[in-house]
Amino acid sequence: MLKKRIIVCLDVKDGRTTKGVKFLDNVDIGDPVVMATEYYAQGVDELVFYDIMASARDRGPTLDLISRVAERVFIPFCVGGGISTVDDIKNTILAGAEKVSLNSPAVRNPALIGEGAAIFGNQCIVLGMDAKRDPSMKSGYRVFINGGRVATDLDALEWAIRAESLGAGEIVLNSIDADGTRDGYEIPLTRMISENVGIPVVASGGAGTPAHMARVLTEGKADAALIASMVHSGDYTVASIKSALASLGVPVRP
Amino acid sequence: MTGIIDYNAGNIRSVERALASLNVEYRISKNPRDLENADRVIFPGVGEAKFAMRELAKSGFDGFLRDWAASGKPLLGICLGSQVIFEHSEENDTPCLGLIAGTVRRFPRDFLASGLKVPHMGWNGVDYRNGGSALLSGIPDGTDFYFVHSYYVDPADAAVITATADYGFPVPCGVKKGNVEAFQFHPEKSGRNGLRILANYVGVSLPRGIEGGSSC
Repeated sequence: MLKKRIIVCLDVKDGRTTKGVKFLDNVDIGDPVVMATEYYAQGVDELVFYDIMASARDRGPTLDLISRVAERVFIPFCVGGGISTVDDIKNTILAGAEKVSLNSPAVRNPALIGEGAAIFGNQCIVLGMDAKRDPSMKSGYRVFINGGRVATDLDALEWAIRAESLGAGEIVLNSIDADGTRDGYEIPLTRMISENVGIPVVASGGAGTPAHMARVLTEGKADAALIASMVHSGDYTVASIKSALASLGVPVRP
Repeated sequence: MTGIIDYNAGNIRSVERALASLNVEYRISKNPRDLENADRVIFPGVGEAKFAMRELAKSGFDGFLRDWAASGKPLLGICLGSQVIFEHSEENDTPCLGLIAGTVRRFPRDFLASGLKVPHMGWNGVDYRNGGSALLSGIPDGTDFYFVHSYYVDPADAAVITATADYGFPVPCGVKKGNVEAFQFHPEKSGRNGLRILANYVGVSLPRGIEGGSSC
């Protein structure tokens, strides 16, 4: 059967990791390639690199990072942040990324989703979405852009469905309310989106324990769970999370 | 030398990088002539069937692949390369190479009702059929490999199926007919077990450094 995926997210800036990592205290913690290789060895199913500078200026360091990761990490990985043109998509995929994540640029220019999918296929185009609770919206959630700082008029559910029809092959759904709390994922949001689109949904924001992950992967109906600080802090390894999930009855790759 | 067929179908560089990690001799080329003297070829690819067939025709790789299959030398198709070796694809009603009899079909539209998403994306267990394949030797039956596809191969003769993956039904994901062999999943993106398939194909053992484990 298809396994639930565990995805580790790394924030990078000019090709370097921005947060330290406990378990790598004795090595160059600034090098995302080292971290990616370590998580790969621990059995992570997929990686996401998020370029937090997210600008259209010099993407050289990020592209260099992608190709160095691709030389030694033989699992799929996605790159997000600052990808706003078809050329950005092309360069990122050709440097070795399996997928690109489009967030704010997809809101500003929805056609970008279809243009990217037409070249590399739907499976390469991931919609990144930051959603926040808002009772005035039809689904109860509003879409934000620019790292959650700018509100849009978009309803989260409507935008997810539209992105699928435009050609997105997957959605990484980040809850602004849950992000950083380590209190658990936003289950109702995740479940609502996952039940209403035909493409895989990756839950993001709020992971603190394997039990949180198990809940979003079962009750929340997510196809994959994205984590960051759980493993960056050194509190867990990917392997320890996977064995905890397996004992909670979640199908994971050993 | 292992040839890699480059026909503008997505990120085939990942196959090149996987071979590089095995320290084997390979050549990647957009020109069939460059690969004529290869000992074996890999036919990778992601993307859309009609576009792929057009690119194969443009580059001359369509004729190359037919001649190669007839020559008896080993051919390994991956993902889209495992699909267009069949006779026909439902993806934009595309006539394909016909190296193996059968059709490429889309997953049913009503899959979502049973909670199954399309694309079939992620790691799925691969179950051996008809005795599996020599390329899977050293890999336990049921091992997970990385999949991403919306269409699947439906061979006319079930005897060519070497492996299936359970996704609503036993989806054929490994086929072999004589010297032509293919996998729907991505060995080049499936960690060390995937690299082992490529190492088996090329006829080398996995270098110790990439065996994975606690440190790399």
